Amino acid sequence: MTTDDPSPATRVAARLMASAIELFARFITAVRADWQGVDPVPGRRVYYANHASNGDFVLIWAVLPRRLRDRVRPVAGADYWLATKLKSFIGRHVFNAVLIDRTGGGPKEAPVEQMAAALDDGSSLILFPEGTRNLTDERLLPFKTGLYHLAKARPETDFVPVWIDNLNRVMPKGEVVPVPLLCKVTFGAPQRLDGDDKDAFLARTRDALLALAEDAA
Amino acid sequence: MIPDLVILLSWITGLLILASVVGAVLEKRYSPNGESEAIENLTARIRAWWGMAILIGLAFLAGRTGVVILFALCSFAALREFVTLTNARRADHWTLAIGFFVVIPFQYWLIWAGEYGIYSIYIPVYCFLLAPIISALRGETENFLVRVAELQWALMICVFCASHVPALITLEIEGYEGRGVLLIAFLILVVQLSDVLQYVWGKLLGRHKIAPRLSPSKTWEGFVGGVASAVAIGTMLYWITPFTPLQAGVMALVIALMGFFGGLVMSAIKRDRGVKDWGHTIQGHGGFIDRLDSVVFSAPIFFHLTRYWWT
Repeated sequence: MTTDDPSPATRVAARLMASAIELFARFITAVRADWQGVDPVPGRRVYYANHASNGDFVLIWAVLPRRLRDRVRPVAGADYWLATKLKSFIGRHVFNAVLIDRTGGGPKEAPVEQMAAALDDGSSLILFPEGTRNLTDERLLPFKTGLYHLAKARPETDFVPVWIDNLNRVMPKGEVVPVPLLCKVTFGAPQRLDGDDKDAFLARTRDALLALAEDAA
Repeated sequence: MIPDLVILLSWITGLLILASVVGAVLEKRYSPNGESEAIENLTARIRAWWGMAILIGLAFLAGRTGVVILFALCSFAALREFVTLTNARRADHWTLAIGFFVVIPFQYWLIWAGEYGIYSIYIPVYCFLLAPIISALRGETENFLVRVAELQWALMICVFCASHVPALITLEIEGYEGRGVLLIAFLILVVQLSDVLQYVWGKLLGRHKIAPRLSPSKTWEGFVGGVASAVAIGTMLYWITPFTPLQAGVMALVIALMGFFGGLVMSAIKRDRGVKDWGHTIQGHGGFIDRLDSVVFSAPIFFHLTRYWWT
């Protein structure tokens, strides 16, 4: 998906909207970053995180320093983010999302190619390897294979585990009004492919994320 | 504008400049590259004090509306920290949302309007009875009493008690008209200086711990020195109050004691929940509750003592 060059008015509106979203997120969660295993510096990175709420990538995005934030692109489902005009504006212009076709209509390797192309452009990615929002009592669902395929396509990439703590309590499924609670975003030590096979890589990256969760709790 | 308020704010500014200079000298001598954690924390605290003093000063200058809005926001931040550490679950979602978005604005509006007859019972009576009803309607019984009690406590501490700080401005004391904001300044100055001086005396002379399990930094030496200093300061501040010097000293004693025990009680909750600070929003201090715990415990008592004997 290519984003056509936005007009200056669209860009200003996107900036304002970004500030409003960040302010709201901070008002509700007072979100704080904990850079445990990695420093907030630029690099070829995929931030992969647990996914329990629609606000997940907003929190990661909000705690990234400006120079990182401007280069980071969340990977999200096109079906959700193109559903309405407002969502499409936010998805494409505010967050500059890499929109993935989840309906299964296109070729299977297309999403990985899209993500790899974004990395090649110098962007970092925010990815939710569980594939869907976790609405169960499990801490973390099994990972989909996309994370591995992306690592195989771009082995020089750092995969940074990111644990988002408490946001699922702020906005449980089915609720429309958020309850203000403190949230924390923890960044762990980066993982690389290093010749692992699929199952080993997915297990290792998932364990790294779960270790951060243990720490947060 | 009240001339005494300007004088008081000038004194506070001078005090903060002094603190900043002392902090800078200590940093230069003992921690030029940030190697001493204690000194780094001290300078972070002083910087945060500037921010807090400026905010409170502006609220004072804005009068009743400013003070009410400032403390409503403090209640919001405090409740956000408190609820984070409770057992609240999905079934309490609406109870909590109402707590944040209805109870806080309504309580502070009542304060602003001076509706003593309602604001003094709205949370202890109405919310006390209505909150468990909303939670019960969701049908989740696990830990029900614990959840309801925690929520009630959270509202009492973070909203009801905290709202008694701005409520001081609504007291109608003969010969003290239009000076209510100074009563708030008296309370906050005495309680915060008591906290700071307990810390300082404790660092200088502290040997015997009062409650090692609750709060390892609280010592008898710090307690006695801090409270005595706070009483002395309170006595000297009688000119901003409707009290005589002796009365101001006694009030300062009550405020400092309640503040001390407030800190102790809130520490007990932190220990139970296994956290060191309530939050992280105020650099060097921790959360809002870490700074408000003593104010919250002393405000309602100070309010009612003043109301009973002076109005």
